[in-house]
Amino acid sequence: MVSVKEVPGAMGLGKEQLLDLYYKMFLARTVGQRERMLNRMGKGPFAVTGEGHEAAQVGTAYALTPGKDWALPYYRDIGVALTLGMTARDLLLAHLSRAEAIESGGRNMPSHFSHPQLRIVSGSAPVATQLPHAVGVALAAKLRGLDEVAITYVGDGGTSVGDVHEAFNFAGVHKCPVIFVCENNQYAISVKWSEQSAVQDVALRAAGYGFPGVTVDGNDVLAVYSAAREAVDRARRGEGATFIEAKTYRLVPHTSDDDDRRYRTAEEVAEWSKKDPLVRYKAWLEEHGVASAREIEALQTRALEEVDEATHYAESAPPPDPASAVLHVYADE
Amino acid sequence: MAERNMIEAVHDAIQEEMRRDPSIIIMGEDVGEGGVFRATEGLQKEFGEDRVMDTPLAEAAIVGVALGASLNGIRPIAEIQFADFIHPAFDQIVSEVARLHYRSNGTWTCPVTIRTPYGAGIHGGPYHSQSIEAFYAHVPGLKVVCVATPYDAKGLLKSAIRDPNPVMVLEHKKAYRLFKQEIPEDDYTIPIGVAEVRREGTDISLITYGMMTHHSLKAAEAIEKEDGTSVEVIDLRSVKPWDKERVLESVKKTGKVLVVYEDNITGGFGAEVSATIAEEGFDYLDAPIMRVASPDVPIAPYAGVLEEYILPNPEKIAEGIRKLAAY
Amino acid sequence: MARGRVVTSEKIDTVGLSEDQLLDIYYKMKLGRAMGERQRLLQRMGKGSITYSCEGHEGVQVGMAAAMTPGKDWLFPYYRDTAFVLALGMSPRDVLMSFFARGGDINSGGKNMPSHFSSVPLRIVSEGAPVATQVPHAVGAALAAKIRGLDEVAVTTFGDGGSSPGDVHESMNFAGVHKCPVIFLCEFNYFAISVASRKQMAVENVAIRAAGYGFPGVTVDGNDVLAMYRAAKEAVERARAGEGATFIEAKTYRLVPHSSDDDDKRYRTAEALEAATKNEPIARFAETLRKLGALDDSKDEEITARVKSEVDDATEWAETEPNPTPEEALRHVYVEEK
Repeated sequence: MVSVKEVPGAMGLGKEQLLDLYYKMFLARTVGQRERMLNRMGKGPFAVTGEGHEAAQVGTAYALTPGKDWALPYYRDIGVALTLGMTARDLLLAHLSRAEAIESGGRNMPSHFSHPQLRIVSGSAPVATQLPHAVGVALAAKLRGLDEVAITYVGDGGTSVGDVHEAFNFAGVHKCPVIFVCENNQYAISVKWSEQSAVQDVALRAAGYGFPGVTVDGNDVLAVYSAAREAVDRARRGEGATFIEAKTYRLVPHTSDDDDRRYRTAEEVAEWSKKDPLVRYKAWLEEHGVASAREIEALQTRALEEVDEATHYAESAPPPDPASAVLHVYADE
Repeated sequence: MAERNMIEAVHDAIQEEMRRDPSIIIMGEDVGEGGVFRATEGLQKEFGEDRVMDTPLAEAAIVGVALGASLNGIRPIAEIQFADFIHPAFDQIVSEVARLHYRSNGTWTCPVTIRTPYGAGIHGGPYHSQSIEAFYAHVPGLKVVCVATPYDAKGLLKSAIRDPNPVMVLEHKKAYRLFKQEIPEDDYTIPIGVAEVRREGTDISLITYGMMTHHSLKAAEAIEKEDGTSVEVIDLRSVKPWDKERVLESVKKTGKVLVVYEDNITGGFGAEVSATIAEEGFDYLDAPIMRVASPDVPIAPYAGVLEEYILPNPEKIAEGIRKLAAY
Repeated sequence: MARGRVVTSEKIDTVGLSEDQLLDIYYKMKLGRAMGERQRLLQRMGKGSITYSCEGHEGVQVGMAAAMTPGKDWLFPYYRDTAFVLALGMSPRDVLMSFFARGGDINSGGKNMPSHFSSVPLRIVSEGAPVATQVPHAVGAALAAKIRGLDEVAVTTFGDGGSSPGDVHESMNFAGVHKCPVIFLCEFNYFAISVASRKQMAVENVAIRAAGYGFPGVTVDGNDVLAMYRAAKEAVERARAGEGATFIEAKTYRLVPHSSDDDDKRYRTAEALEAATKNEPIARFAETLRKLGALDDSKDEEITARVKSEVDDATEWAETEPNPTPEEALRHVYVEEK
């Protein structure tokens, strides 16, 4: 087995970490698939998943220190949530709207991640509202002299929202330690990227706010990790914000309520499936002697077991008590 | 005790709270040089640029960034320069600030204070005169107070800042320099949700808030001199939550209700007060609940004669009292 | 029409303007300045509640207006654009009718604050006060022109502070995607009331943001009216030719407080103001015109006298016009049935 220190592109990660990246990506894929399956079986009314996005999500989240740094993801970020320490169980409980689901006790839609101890901030559905919040969290860290960073995610459609501009501008002026990540999968539901923006690479907008913007192959987890690492280091050094645009592709419909055949061809999806980040990374690990096919299969089996356990647990967990619907409108005095 | 006008009282509240709690910051447009109404006069010199922070011109960001900062150890006061300019932040307020605690099942809290000057009568035209309390009193998860006296402004702003919930403090700008009042120099708070009986009476319960409190008191005085009709004037001070118990207590005594508010009549907050009294105080009533409010016209047209025509004033309120008394 | 000889020197590019046109621009700049001054004077005398003067911005506004076709092209202004609307053809009387909030005021019949301009025939669209709300409107008007195959152009203005709201981003992105014939004109005077531009944006020139939306952004010395005109003309020609939007950032300086309710001594020094005044656009253009031989003392006095008489006439007129009748307050909430 080749020592990973000598492996080009390993970004200073050890074998365990390189495999952990794979595990998290595969786990994210499996959770997504399981949620869609449960939805098709009529067990969960709604599923929004991120198959195809795993490298962009896991690669960026991996550069953070969970529980110290802050994450404000959007609804497709299963990979982010799992990388930062949420469990398959947490996500499945939320998918089935169970009382003990840490995200929201069944109040918010699934995939609206939240975990106070892990500093994953509860998200909503209106697009891009979380970007100003991330700036605020980062601003607070800066004012308090802490070297925490905040990372926030949005899709390509989300980059058109006014709140993004206001967040970027504020972060630039006040040099906030925040990382903006755009998971550009080229579709905002059915609206193609060319109808969303007149420029190909949205990262170039960062220059208008005084901080760097980088475009990266979002399906190459190590390239993503490298960009994120640099952004986190910048932020911790007090040098301010970064905008990372990760080019990727959504291999599934927008949500369980979407029929993507209406706006894209099966051929296009098949083309992108060939670039599946999981397949790519598995090949890289094997080619560079980091792990054998059997070691990787073992990871896959473990992930499946974890998701099976989580599903079983969540299915048996009780739903919320109806009377609890009126609680927590206000914080108790 | 010290004699302060309302803007001075607001200033004192902010300054005292910022001295008491180093995690409090105030952010907004022009707050650094003191603010367009001087609410933050001298504060940047005392507390520095980080705690008295000029923001870019971006209301959605002012509220959204304040929310984020409130999750991470800072207690922000977000100043919106005029209530009329809060609308771009409507989404951040309704979808985020008000909903975060509920949607996260009580695990995330947003202790943001949003303070803004509101109200008409200063030749502000359609964009420096609006009343916005109806939009926000409607939103579960948010608290809303309307202040128009120095004493109330200081006490309620302090309560708002200390409240773990998001609170919107609407300061009637016409009352900013209207009069001076003796207020305690030391720390005091007024609980949110408690109305104040400004004037006791036996014949009519006049429920109001904001600048209309002052107009209503003038009207009540005039009417009492005119024919002895005794009007009890209750200033709600909080519209969300509002002091239903105190109001019903008064209605039980008088049997007649006049609700007075500056906002457009349809869907204004006074409509909620009326509906609640009709539902829960029906047995006490000797007359229909009546309202005096602005007509459904954008508040407020700029020309003095037009603005006067629209807004309630002591004469129009007195007319309302007479009509109700005669029923 | 062009009359008299066109004087050019090798050093001064008059951008194809004739002597008459150059003098017209000069007159309009002086008119704008005088109207700004007159409203401030009247306000101090207690004759009006508020004013937002254009003093300092004349080069930007008149330079842009000179490239537009009034009544065909659209303006979505902001409240500092007094010189702009006068340059497009609004009369001094109409501007002061708004100042005095008279019933016959074409801008709003006294309903909107002064300096919130509107004229249907001149295609100056009624503006609100919330900053930058007019920017998406301009994109819409431009979009409509494009869809209808018309070569109209929409111009919208805002300050440096006005470049920060989300509406600007959404508008620019939309204009870029749909190649709308719109010109975003930022009248960059370095202050949003008291907030200095370094607190408003982390970049020196906001025009660079246009690249992020797929159209050109140019930064120009707004106090050089000919430079401003050149940039404006180019942008208008682009738009008419179907090439889409342009962002023009015109650096200028506000020689007066934000409004009559503002005390600018609280946030800027007398020295800074004095330095800026030396760079002000009218004196600079006068010098250029003299070099061109288009202006001499007697011509200058003539223009000054003309401006004064128009401003005095407008003042006399508007001061004695009637207020709106109170019942007018209730009208036009909805479109009235005929």
